Amino acid sequence: MKKLMLGNEAVARGAYEAGVRFVSSYPGTPSTEITESIVQYKDDIFAEWAPNEKVACEAAAGAAIAGARAMTCCKHVGLNVMADPVFTMSYIGANGGLVIAVADDPGMHSSQNEQDSRHYAKASKIPMLEPSDSGECKEFTKAAFELSEQYDTPVFLRLSTRVSHSQSLVELEERAALDLKPYEKNIPKNVMMPAMAVKKHVIVEERQKKLAELAERTPLNSIEDNGSEIGVITSGISYLYAKEALGDRVNYLKLGLAYPMPEDMIRRFAKKCRTLYVIEELDPFIEEHVRALGIPCIGKMVSPGKEKFSYLYEYTAAMIRKAVFPEEAEDEAFAAPEAPMRPPVLCPGCPHRGTFYVLKKLGLTVSGDIGCYTLGATAPLQAVDSVICMGASVSAAHGMAKVRGEEFNHKLVSVIGDSTFMHSGITGLIDIVYNHGANTVIILDNSITGMTGHQDNPLSGKDIYGNPAKQVDLEMLCRSIGVERVVVADPFDVKNFERVVKEETAVDEPSVIIAQRPCALLKYVKYEGKCCVNPETCRKCKMCMKIGCPAISWKEDGEGGHIEIDQTQCNGCGLCMNICPFGAIEKH
Amino acid sequence: MNTKSVMITGVGGQGTLLAVRVLGNMALRQGYDVKVSEVHGMSQRGGSVVTYLRYGERVYSPIIEKGEADVILAFEMLEALRSLPYVKKGGRIVVNDQKIDPMPVITGAAKYPEGILEKLGERAEVTVVPAIEIAEEVGNTRTANVVLLGSYAKTSGIPKEEWLEVLKETVPAKFIEVNIAAFERGYAL
Repeated sequence: MKKLMLGNEAVARGAYEAGVRFVSSYPGTPSTEITESIVQYKDDIFAEWAPNEKVACEAAAGAAIAGARAMTCCKHVGLNVMADPVFTMSYIGANGGLVIAVADDPGMHSSQNEQDSRHYAKASKIPMLEPSDSGECKEFTKAAFELSEQYDTPVFLRLSTRVSHSQSLVELEERAALDLKPYEKNIPKNVMMPAMAVKKHVIVEERQKKLAELAERTPLNSIEDNGSEIGVITSGISYLYAKEALGDRVNYLKLGLAYPMPEDMIRRFAKKCRTLYVIEELDPFIEEHVRALGIPCIGKMVSPGKEKFSYLYEYTAAMIRKAVFPEEAEDEAFAAPEAPMRPPVLCPGCPHRGTFYVLKKLGLTVSGDIGCYTLGATAPLQAVDSVICMGASVSAAHGMAKVRGEEFNHKLVSVIGDSTFMHSGITGLIDIVYNHGANTVIILDNSITGMTGHQDNPLSGKDIYGNPAKQVDLEMLCRSIGVERVVVADPFDVKNFERVVKEETAVDEPSVIIAQRPCALLKYVKYEGKCCVNPETCRKCKMCMKIGCPAISWKEDGEGGHIEIDQTQCNGCGLCMNICPFGAIEKH
Repeated sequence: MNTKSVMITGVGGQGTLLAVRVLGNMALRQGYDVKVSEVHGMSQRGGSVVTYLRYGERVYSPIIEKGEADVILAFEMLEALRSLPYVKKGGRIVVNDQKIDPMPVITGAAKYPEGILEKLGERAEVTVVPAIEIAEEVGNTRTANVVLLGSYAKTSGIPKEEWLEVLKETVPAKFIEVNIAAFERGYAL
């Protein structure tokens, strides 16, 4: 049976068919749907959301050591978080089978940087497979587990946004009946201390050689000889763009095994071509390797101005066609009409809006974090000063306060979501308490992991299956590490929230404000009625527009204009009513 | 058959994902190779959202490029205008007449463009659908996406019954009835 599936769903299906028993991940676009799709196989696979990627990877590593096939899935920056166990699992090996699915985000649709995860394969000496479409996502996942078991190594499955989030056809097959491998205590293999690791490194280097030999003969790598003088070496989504652009007019070497690379195969392929292109998004990972073999090629590593391809963003078929066949340059595309940008915004009814309104009003420096609330940096709120990575709002503010002193700290807060706080904010807060800090940390507790599309977390009281789970008591957690001032406040009660923020930033000890109100998109969040402006009492002061609600806008009407609330967008949260100084906004 | 390209454009939260899934399942039912490209994550928070459907004998890239779209289903006027460079000369645009101000317009940094339908008409055959109005009449404004789909379906050359079957397979069970009503109204336009 053939089914239309997202690349991510196909990876989940591949894991199911490969006999996987354990999946642990932390959500991150564009990788989230892999683990979400694992949930449907609950009779055969145990799935979970871990507090962060490092924990997820270690849990999967444990499952593999214990004899099961296990997987962990993350986005590119999540791989940074799990890098520590990854590098050492390369030494320990995979026993039952361990696959790390990592999704890069060329073009940064939903990410804070554009890193190329293929470097991790080389750095950790772990093989990496790279599928191009959903069919390959499933097949390569299964192949990854085979490799993992056969070569006793973790295996990376590298995806990118367009592979993860494109649907194409997948042939469904049965699940493999695999028993748990026996568990054996094996200190030289599984205890990585210097005496053992020294020996294991030798084994890793031997494995590298074997994998390099495998690269020459695996069907994951394929040559498509179309009798052309032009050759293209490519992989992943770039292969599909190249096929779209160049069709059968060139020869292809498609690298399904992105690391290690088949050196002889590359040499043979290059010998047959008069001109050789390397087409790959982001960094010149393949190109560097081809050049290291002494083979001239055209990619991005040529003298400035002569490069054909960019280090930046996503590629397109049109761009590839222009690079390879410039003489066929099509007419300039129809000029784009002028259209104002539509950047993402906090949703109507978003609880974070109240928080940022108050922080902006008080003129505070805001150390921000990763989540929907990063959008607090956009106009008109523009309330966020810095965003680095998951958890950094807390620890970075600690550094800021230490060098700029007490007065600066009285005007400084960290803002971090509930799930992000559990991910890696708590350690920053421990740093503050332990090292005599006096920061104020605002935890935006909206009862869910928002940006990635509503995943449960240790604070939500439910597991990945929606079953009741032990709920971490946020207030008690903060108190237990030594924060004596912990206040819970509703960010929509702006007056009180402002008072609390003023009070907590004024004191010279660590404090936590838990800004509590559920995400507006949660099904159980329902506000009565919708907000409307009463034209009789509205003084047109435009205060309500300062909160940046997408439902509230100013309409010219030839009579000086008026405020209008779009009834299809308003969810009736009433924040604007709390802001209006004249009580001119009413519920209908 | 040459590859056909359908682009769906709108604002995060308008239900473009459901529409593209119905279209994808329909193309699959017709026996074609299908590629659908979706957008998840930050753009879904009220930003511009573009999804692509491509089908034919053998489809490589999941992405539609400028001048390639046979049809654009636009869920919002400004997004229709933004997608205009992507339509083939003489292609079709089915557009919801809804206008949603983007934040730069709300803050006064930009103006919502005027004369959008005229600009669309210079390049493509345009059908304007009052999808929100109809969806309200049907009883759920969230079905505006399916109203639009119904309007497109009528010109697709595929029998209505087949569309309804795919729709039933794709939407959640408890919303089937209201979605069928929305589809019928769009189809009848």
